[in-house]
Amino acid sequence: MENVDQIFVNAKKAVIDLIDGFLPPQAVLVVSILISVGVIATVAPVIMMYLTWLERKVVGRIQNRIGPNRVGKFGLLQPIADGVKMLTKEDIVPEGADHLLHFLSPVLVVVPALLVMALLPWGRNMAAMDVEVGLLLFFAITSTGTLSIFVGAWGSRNKFSLLGGLRAVAQLISYEIPQVFSAIVVIMVTGTVSIVKIVEAQPGFNWFVFTPWGFTGLILFYIASVAECNRTPFDLPEAESEIVAGFHTEYSGMKFALFYMAEFLQVFSLSALAATLFLGGWQGMFLPSWAWFFLKTYSLIFIMLWFRGTFPRLRVDQLMGFAWKFLLPMSMINIIVAGIWTYAPPMIAWAAGIAIIVISYTVLTKLNIRFHIDRNRKFILVD
Amino acid sequence: MWGSGVLQGMAVTIKNFFDTYTKKDGIFTVEYPEKCLPAKERFRNFPILVYDEKPEDLRCVACDICAKECPPKCITIVKAKDAQGKPLKQAAVFDIDFTVCMNCGICEETCPFDAIYMDHEFELAEYDRMNELIYKKEDLSKPWNYFEKIRPTDAKEINARRASLPTKPTTPPSQQGS
Repeated sequence: MENVDQIFVNAKKAVIDLIDGFLPPQAVLVVSILISVGVIATVAPVIMMYLTWLERKVVGRIQNRIGPNRVGKFGLLQPIADGVKMLTKEDIVPEGADHLLHFLSPVLVVVPALLVMALLPWGRNMAAMDVEVGLLLFFAITSTGTLSIFVGAWGSRNKFSLLGGLRAVAQLISYEIPQVFSAIVVIMVTGTVSIVKIVEAQPGFNWFVFTPWGFTGLILFYIASVAECNRTPFDLPEAESEIVAGFHTEYSGMKFALFYMAEFLQVFSLSALAATLFLGGWQGMFLPSWAWFFLKTYSLIFIMLWFRGTFPRLRVDQLMGFAWKFLLPMSMINIIVAGIWTYAPPMIAWAAGIAIIVISYTVLTKLNIRFHIDRNRKFILVD
Repeated sequence: MWGSGVLQGMAVTIKNFFDTYTKKDGIFTVEYPEKCLPAKERFRNFPILVYDEKPEDLRCVACDICAKECPPKCITIVKAKDAQGKPLKQAAVFDIDFTVCMNCGICEETCPFDAIYMDHEFELAEYDRMNELIYKKEDLSKPWNYFEKIRPTDAKEINARRASLPTKPTTPPSQQGS
């Protein structure tokens, strides 16, 4: 059990021990870093490729279809066939585009999505980078993705791209606030910003989701994360029925694939972060720690795909209203609940927490229903 | 409660998701090249020439009515001749150009000898456009029991009508239908 749990850690240690004999210590350090980086740089694209496969399968099943099933058993080679297709496609750059920005944007958008993978604890002792301010760094890195999306939208010199870019900036900035606010509760209770220490604070099955503030926090964080990844029902920046393809209208071939890759990596990393903060990360029993991590992450990703198969797209005003009028006040109230949880005795904390959340949810939803001046007014067409 | 509609919608989609695994009619895709839906009896595709016993003795007498009636003119018929040059009641050449044929079924309707019928076969793709899709007499010949198998209702009706006709093969039977 212990061996299976630490299999990847031990494998890396074996390699380090092997080269330790004939290389100087500095070189061993470099090799150690390169191994971690190499593993992440290899695993991340594979994860992305099979997320596209998973998405098409799940959405297909929801729509009573089979999904990809031609290339390989169960269509398992479909992502590779798509990759080959993407690589061989012509790379078109519009004449009026800013060539540097147009090229830079898909490169820049993948970098943060890959970087945050290093911060995630994939299992016990399996964080590539145990940073003391990990959570802060995570949010800081993911928020730079907005800039590169806007760079691409501006550099394309296309009105649809620009509209998509504007929408992306408005949406991503709005949803970042409730996202970070709903993650603050975890920092308040654990008293640390290190992602590894946050996981260690939830031993066994004592996950934060089994507390009133954790449950609310998970839902708020998760909804905000869906919006952060530009996924349905919040996919306004690339709304294909309104503005062609939004910010990546003018991208083709591998550049387009890079945007796709960034989106799916963000889906993975934000689901993994939600699992880490509220569902105990790699904590659990019976299974190896990395299996628990992937189980939780993929369950959350499945919910995202389920969302995509269910909901139609929101309108822009609905999107903004949802962030500012519901998610933001709710996440602030959740901070109060977490404060009470920290200082009050457990019984009172449970009762007060549930009461505050239920009451504020009811009040907020009542306030959010649009106020009608004259409910009996009849709308008649002009004679 | 606010938000319950969202959960209702999600319940519908997840039910459909699991139905595709548990229920037999949850998924109604037929994976075509491996499996195929049975063709409907009244489905019609390209024509075939039927024979009763031997492939050489087609019912067709090369009367040229179908070739004249054919709207896109895809049928080519040349009468066979005996040693003296006297035309026989059989076709030497009977070609149908499937690149031109539009599956209208007028040949079947006009044939007074019950010789040409529409088939169910539709997997006729070829690599060569010019030669492979011009079907010769030999390619078009199918036995009558094949027709009875693919279109039993029509075959029963036609058999009954043919049985009531005088057995003398030289007199042409009356026009079928009205």
